[in-house]
Amino acid sequence: MHIVTFTRSTPDTAAKVEVKADGMVSWGDVATVVNPWDEYSLEETLVQAKNTSGKSTVITIGPDMHTESLKFALAMGVENAARVQADGVDMVDSLAWATLAAAAVKKLGDVDLVIFGKESVDVSSDAHIYQTARKLGWTMLSYVSKILAIDPAAKTIKVEKVVEQGKQIITASLPAVVSVMKGINEPRYPSFIGIRKASKAVIPVWSPADLEANMPAQTLQLVSYNNLLPREVKTEIIDGASPEEKAAKLVDKLLEEKVL
Amino acid sequence: MSAVFVWIETFNGQFNPSNREALTAGKTLADAWSVPVIALVFGANANAIAQEAAQYGAQSAIVCEDATLNDFRLEPYAALLTKLVQEQQPSVVIAVATSRGRELLASSAADVDAGLIGEATDLSVDGEGVQASKAAYAGKIVSKLALKGSGPKFITIRGRAFKPLEANAGASVTITTTTPVLSEDQISTKIERMEQEAGKVNLGDAAIIVSGGRGMANNPKAAPADAGDAAIWKAKDGFANMLAPLADVLGGAVGASRAAVDAGFIPYEHQVGQTGKVVNPDLYIAAGISGAIQHQAGMRGSKLIVAINKDADAPIFKMARYGVIEDIYTFLPALTAELKKRLGK
Repeated sequence: MHIVTFTRSTPDTAAKVEVKADGMVSWGDVATVVNPWDEYSLEETLVQAKNTSGKSTVITIGPDMHTESLKFALAMGVENAARVQADGVDMVDSLAWATLAAAAVKKLGDVDLVIFGKESVDVSSDAHIYQTARKLGWTMLSYVSKILAIDPAAKTIKVEKVVEQGKQIITASLPAVVSVMKGINEPRYPSFIGIRKASKAVIPVWSPADLEANMPAQTLQLVSYNNLLPREVKTEIIDGASPEEKAAKLVDKLLEEKVL
Repeated sequence: MSAVFVWIETFNGQFNPSNREALTAGKTLADAWSVPVIALVFGANANAIAQEAAQYGAQSAIVCEDATLNDFRLEPYAALLTKLVQEQQPSVVIAVATSRGRELLASSAADVDAGLIGEATDLSVDGEGVQASKAAYAGKIVSKLALKGSGPKFITIRGRAFKPLEANAGASVTITTTTPVLSEDQISTKIERMEQEAGKVNLGDAAIIVSGGRGMANNPKAAPADAGDAAIWKAKDGFANMLAPLADVLGGAVGASRAAVDAGFIPYEHQVGQTGKVVNPDLYIAAGISGAIQHQAGMRGSKLIVAINKDADAPIFKMARYGVIEDIYTFLPALTAELKKRLGK
């Protein structure tokens, strides 16, 4: 079975992200890492490719900065990688991004399963995942906490999915798009040999024309990025002779603030 | 301009309270354009639920009661929503950004090649278009986005970002009935079973959240000899027997820092922060949490923050309105007892 996963490079989670005077987003000289949610989708891709004696491909859509995430995925053990270079298409416009993602999967031709991490931290969104499934016309299984079974011959999949009220066990037919939660697995670290191999890999770059993508009219505009308003808070340390006295004073304050 | 659609989420044939927020947001846009708000209600009990939506601003409703729609499944729901959007060309389709609302609106937007803004925290009308803000980089910055034109625009709103209207008990809606698009044999997904967790408080909906961090491992109780990892046992015991009772008294939810989740103290669904949930409760109590930048991104939208930490230099104190420099295992039981007394519980 051929499994495709998408990833991208995002600033390290500890990075301070801010909007500069020119309106551009900056995280200083902090390194980028693979989108934190994708560590789980990359691992799950490797696990399921092994379980089904299949193959794996990782794809990124965006400028060259995202090549780092592909190299990380290759170092973890994903077999093939490709980057889609599409000027002017950003994940903020989930529809345009998903149109390209679906076209890239179709170009590969023999794919039965696409695995995404739950969301992308830079855009703080998951819409591109559902829209990729829709553009492919495939079943969408979101918030998956366990892949319980895949039957490549019967083309079926069984998963555990998290919803607000609990968990569901769901069966569906393949091909499908799955988004996985943190906690579905323990992501492996890239091996030394893997890192060496990945550093030498020549990664093909596809254009929208290569994919024969039928791009929709642009519907969404990014007006601006803005820094958060500073949290103007004067901290008051609650003093008292004993924990009980401090607790009583704190409750007084909370009642005054009308938050209880 | 044409009507504003509000998708009304239901579970087990009941109206999800956060729908009131979507109706508020929908009404704000509809009033600006002088168009009606139409509630869309699918599944069991849809007719009764539509009348509930009327109390919070819907003027009319389109309902579909069919066995294929009793439990939410994306395929039949998206097919039906897409049909209604194609037939009626609403100016906006809006829903709360729950797990279901997010995937439903994104899917239908893709079907009709319409623009989508997800998890909006504010909304304004811009001619025939809409502008909205949403968090980016897990809440470290904000993006302002615009959807142009009079055609259908899809928006999900972040929970607790819009204030529900007061119920208007006398209001009622005129109901139009529609038919599903897919029959059961055309639907690939089958829900084999649902394991419901009773009384589970959703972090996104919670008005009060009590979160524990790495400090939860400093439980003075001795772990039993067969406990395995003593630190994990101590922290789990603290979450269950100290933090949960405090959350119960407050009617709140239990959260956790990534450090606590990664150490195996509590399941991932409780995680607040960059790779967990971004929350905005009225009151956030951080217990034994140092306040790493990843955690701050997830909770800085809270109205009032209280920090309890024995380390007076913990960065969390800089964000807190009130701080208590104490060991959490000494202080929180005292706080719970005091709250019980004062709140009469």
